[in-house]
Amino acid sequence: MEYNPITVTELNLYIKDKFNKDEYLNNVLIKGEISNFKHHYTGHMYFTLKDENSLIKCIMFKSYTNNLKFVPRDGMKVIVLGTVSVFERDGVYQIYCKAMQEDGLGSLHIAYEELKAKLEKEGLFDPRYKKEIPKMPKCIGVLTSNTGAVIRDIINVSTRRNPNVYIKLLPVPVQGEGAAQKIAEAIKIMNEKKLADVIILARGGGSLEDLWPFNEEIVARAIFASELPVISAVGHETDFSISDFVADLRAPTPSAAAELAVPNISDFVLKLDNYQLRYKNALKKKIEIMRLRFEKCMMRRAFSNPLQNIQDKYLYIDKLNKSMQTNVTLKLQNSKTKMVELVTKLDSLSPLKTLTRGYSILEKDGKIIKSVNNLKKDDEINIRLIDGKAKAKICE
Amino acid sequence: MKKSEDINFEEAMKNLEEIANELEKNELDLDKAVEKFEEGMELSKKCNEILTNAEKRITILINNGDGNLDEEPFDANQA
Repeated sequence: MEYNPITVTELNLYIKDKFNKDEYLNNVLIKGEISNFKHHYTGHMYFTLKDENSLIKCIMFKSYTNNLKFVPRDGMKVIVLGTVSVFERDGVYQIYCKAMQEDGLGSLHIAYEELKAKLEKEGLFDPRYKKEIPKMPKCIGVLTSNTGAVIRDIINVSTRRNPNVYIKLLPVPVQGEGAAQKIAEAIKIMNEKKLADVIILARGGGSLEDLWPFNEEIVARAIFASELPVISAVGHETDFSISDFVADLRAPTPSAAAELAVPNISDFVLKLDNYQLRYKNALKKKIEIMRLRFEKCMMRRAFSNPLQNIQDKYLYIDKLNKSMQTNVTLKLQNSKTKMVELVTKLDSLSPLKTLTRGYSILEKDGKIIKSVNNLKKDDEINIRLIDGKAKAKICE
Repeated sequence: MKKSEDINFEEAMKNLEEIANELEKNELDLDKAVEKFEEGMELSKKCNEILTNAEKRITILINNGDGNLDEEPFDANQA
């Protein structure tokens, strides 16, 4: 027996060719449930389509994904239109999807899109109608089922953030016939009786049919009419209900809604502590600045040595005193000198001086005799000589 | 000064921030700064009271049949 092997590539290409020549495989409608869904960053979608017994790989290229009317995710029942072909590199056959829609939900989808378009046109989604969610609500009103994980999650998250939270649960059916009516009524009651500061409208994940009450017009209108701010948290993060669009705030999940509605008390306590610290520091700084100013002021001479001025004045007085004394002494000396001069001069002019030269002075009765006519016989006269006096008698 | 129950918490937080800014600007004279300091401390104390003194309450509203709602304690663990 002669061996004539072909390569793996040749085999896979051969099989691929067989598939491609098959009319039926080129255009086939398959229904199944999505699993392992991956939206690759290139834009292509990779997933597995399965039923109870079997599965097949699927790929939807980016050029087709743009036409999708919904966001596929795991667990979704869908109908896929595509071509079955072989990916020769891996030796696998898979569906190359061209179109996909949710199985059995066609009519709901149309209703959803129609209502959404209508309400949007009316302005019910307009951001300017969105009310602000209070930062510190005293009471949170929760509209959801009183059983199940949703209310538990909301209570858990809320009490974790604020151990003293006040939650009022107004139980409502969240799926099935009449649920929408009850939800709308509950919103109205909360408003009429002002039962809370903010309303959380919540429901866990589910199929489009399960979530349907939240896509009904009566609920949308009740939310829009609500004077209390409404946070809508319906289904999973990827589900967008009409109530999400109308609500003042959309939360991706019920837990997230609790986070948005209930402030984290420890944050506020920290903030308050921080304010107190800032006040204390600011005042401390203020006082420090005042102290420095005071000290600087006290350093000035007027305060540091208040007697300095007086001492300076004393010094000045002393100086004046001294100069005055000097002046007076000088003047006295000058006068003395002048006097000596005058005395000398006077002395030189004194008649007594004449006596030294041999002259004498005649006096009668204490008067100087300047003429003989003042004399007569027997007058007694005094003769003053330089060295004394003598008495004489006029003879004739 | 208002009682802590009457304080609007958001307004109070805004006030606290304003007081902090004023104090830190250092433009007030000492008397006024002390006054502001006391006001801020008082306000932050009251806010703290609002936060920590509230009573935890989880209740369920039940229609009592005559159009009114009764408020009863709700235990989430039995949900």
